[in-house]
Amino acid sequence: MASIDIKGVRKVYPGNVKAIHALDLSIEDGEMVVLVGPSGCGKSTLLRMIAGLETITDGTISIGSDVVNRKEPAERDIAMVFQNYALYPHMSVRQNLEYGLKNRGTPRDEIDRRVTEAARILEITPFLERKPRQLSGGQRQRVAMGRAIVRQPKAFLFDEPLSNLDAKLRGQMRIEIRRLQRNLKTTSVYVTHDQLEAMTLADRLVVMNGGRIEQVGKPIDLYDRPASLFVAGFIGSPPMNLIPVEQLRALAGAAMPVLPEGTDILGIRPDGIMVGGSGGIPLSGVVELIEPVGGESHLYVRVEGIDQVLILVLQGRAEVAETERVDFVLPVAALHGFNRESGKRVE
Amino acid sequence: MVENRPWLTFFTHAVLVIGVIIVVFPVYVALIASTHGPFAMGSGRMPLLPGDQLWNNVVEVLTETRRGAAPFWLMAWNSLWMAVIITAGKIVISILSAFAIVYFRFPGRVLAFWIIFITLMLPVEVRIIPTFAVVANLGLLNSYLGLTIPLIASATATFLFRQFFMTVPDELMEAARVDGAGPMKFFRDILLPLSRTNIAALCVILFIFGWMQYLWPMLVTTDPNYYTLMMGVKRMAAVQDADPQWNIIMAAVVMAMLPPVLIVIFMQRLFVKGLVETEK
Amino acid sequence: MDTKRTVFPSQGLPYLLVAPQIIITLIFFIWPAGQAVKSSFEREDPFGLATSFVGLSHYVRLFQDPAYLASIGRTAVFALAVTVISMGLALILAVAVNRLIRSATTYSTLLLWPYAVSPVVAGILWWFLFNSSTGILPYMLSFFGVDWNHQLNGTHAMILIIVAASWKQISYNFLFFLAGMQSVPQSLNEAAAIDGAGPFKRFWTIVFPLLSPTTFFLLIVNLNYTMFDTFGVIDATTTGGPNQATNILVYKVYTDGYIGLNLGSSSAQSVILMLFVIALTVIQFRYVERRVQY
Repeated sequence: MASIDIKGVRKVYPGNVKAIHALDLSIEDGEMVVLVGPSGCGKSTLLRMIAGLETITDGTISIGSDVVNRKEPAERDIAMVFQNYALYPHMSVRQNLEYGLKNRGTPRDEIDRRVTEAARILEITPFLERKPRQLSGGQRQRVAMGRAIVRQPKAFLFDEPLSNLDAKLRGQMRIEIRRLQRNLKTTSVYVTHDQLEAMTLADRLVVMNGGRIEQVGKPIDLYDRPASLFVAGFIGSPPMNLIPVEQLRALAGAAMPVLPEGTDILGIRPDGIMVGGSGGIPLSGVVELIEPVGGESHLYVRVEGIDQVLILVLQGRAEVAETERVDFVLPVAALHGFNRESGKRVE
Repeated sequence: MVENRPWLTFFTHAVLVIGVIIVVFPVYVALIASTHGPFAMGSGRMPLLPGDQLWNNVVEVLTETRRGAAPFWLMAWNSLWMAVIITAGKIVISILSAFAIVYFRFPGRVLAFWIIFITLMLPVEVRIIPTFAVVANLGLLNSYLGLTIPLIASATATFLFRQFFMTVPDELMEAARVDGAGPMKFFRDILLPLSRTNIAALCVILFIFGWMQYLWPMLVTTDPNYYTLMMGVKRMAAVQDADPQWNIIMAAVVMAMLPPVLIVIFMQRLFVKGLVETEK
Repeated sequence: MDTKRTVFPSQGLPYLLVAPQIIITLIFFIWPAGQAVKSSFEREDPFGLATSFVGLSHYVRLFQDPAYLASIGRTAVFALAVTVISMGLALILAVAVNRLIRSATTYSTLLLWPYAVSPVVAGILWWFLFNSSTGILPYMLSFFGVDWNHQLNGTHAMILIIVAASWKQISYNFLFFLAGMQSVPQSLNEAAAIDGAGPFKRFWTIVFPLLSPTTFFLLIVNLNYTMFDTFGVIDATTTGGPNQATNILVYKVYTDGYIGLNLGSSSAQSVILMLFVIALTVIQFRYVERRVQY
């Protein structure tokens, strides 16, 4: 077990393609950190640099107290779970689990003990003698995790491990990974582009964009106080409504609250908008579409004078119908202010 | 097929039967000839049904050395060695160079690729004399090395392995590295076992290729102890106008062509895979 | 040219790995080819003691030599005839096998094995069949008034090598045509049948056009085969005769150089053939690239 320290790390590919810009991040011992962002944001590159599968152009990465920049992946004492599992197809499940231990010269009885233990935890004992191609996707995923567990490494690195599974299995495996990591207390870095996966798994969430960190923090803090327009749009589903201040001011008139200097975009979560009620900016629009999701309903409302269709989340069933007019309020306390130029939050 | 047309199906079979007859005919006649005694084949009265002399002819081929040739078993032994060394050599050097070209980035990599590529453009037939001179200068005439080494550089086998390695998921190599495997360990533990079918298919094709070699052994061997079967049967046939023992010659020809033909028949799946994939 | 996303850190190892292949290629391919190019511009004195640079004179003389020009013509006839005959027969057989389901494997096996018959053996087999004293074919031909004698009649000799070379190549072409046809989606055939096209119409309008990459590929391979791999066929049957009638280019390189010891001229002929192979290879690979994209 160990902390991971990333200091001033940059990655420049041949042809001067900059993938990571001077990035700092400290991951504490035993912590589960999730790197999330759109494809091409550098999250996988960063993970692969920690693993030692990509060279580091500049800066240092330390695992525990060792700077590992020049170390081979095997010497870093990390284990990695890959998106396509990367199980050795010609080896049985048992041989897959043993391979890394054998290469390290672990004694035979110790190998057997760890494989048995990992197989028990992951409930793959019945499949130990099978080949990977005889397993289902979920079972393969477990074997891939087993291969990481038996190593008892300083850190687990997960590279979108669930994206090849169907939605239901993905949900189950997510919970299992979380439970496993809590029990083993092994420092983990987890890469995903799925914000729901990121929110539910992370002790701390790192939102990346264009090779930079947009924001680091507890998932719920990021949800409550996104530090930038990007985070506001990326975290939360359905996404936050972002409305230009001048359009809102034209509609609200006297009801418009006093905003801090430099605020030119206001954001509000779809579940922050109140239908009926008072004590905020009153608006009114036509319901274009209703998506009944079950426990809640999503309303797409067009407001005259605002370019964007607003999304409202109502608990329970909607009491309006499509094409009807609805009156609602944007409570001042639920508003987030942003500056368009810098993309940053304005307090 | 989409619809059922009996006359078309009949026609199809008829075409195929004629095709098979054309393809089989020369070998059938050779087989028949090898079952008769020396006097059965007068002018135009070549029998079309098997005789009873096959065993005698085979024994004679195996025991008596024909004029201009070496003992049959010795030539068969040489052919076998030649085919095996060429097969093994081509596979070893090709898989190693393909491994280097796919799994490493090193200065001169592209140059190495092109040098290998060029071998495609220089069949032995167009550089007979200078290649012969090189082999002679190296003192490799009349030796197994001289028979085989100049033929084992192979662009097609290298390309086949390169293409196959490119389809092996990148993550497998990354997982192996995380698991503590260095390049050669990865090669031995992961890549080689995964290449098994490709290697087997190549073995079939290359063995046939090696067995069929004719021009090159003819150039570099003057010592009958290094004659191969392909040279031997040709030399036996060439003196036939004076000494018409066609029954013996055809027995020898049939025996000489048998090993690769059996390989194609009994390993058809590997053979087809090897042939189709090396040409891609 | 691609490598893997990540590669092994390398010092000397990759050089060690490519070394055997590169060394063999340099010694037995590149260097001899270079020598051939060099000596095609040189003349050796009769005792082999001194050489002098003679520029293009070997080439000039070649293209003024009626024997060489005739050899080019004969090679063209031979190559075209073998390519057309073996590809034509193979295509018919492949179409037939492709129509069948149960017996397809049996027919395939029966048609594939001649691939394993070496050119020199193919030559001997057909020579035996056409042999004027014992052969069965001259006997049958005599009923049609043909007095077969490939040892004296150049046309007969040419027919002999064309037949032998084509026979051996049918298997190869058959295999590739069949593979090509099997990769044509069955749904296309079914769609065409629903559109009212009969079996023959379907073949010419759907299958054959989709086979064009295979056909083109085989065209190149067959030209290559007839130009170089048929050495054994010729050496086992006509040895270039009678009176040069079957002395195709590759056989002439051998007879002029190895037997006639005319180094300069033989080298120049080698170089011309090399240029031809290079052209074929370039065409083939440009086309393979396109096929990959497709």
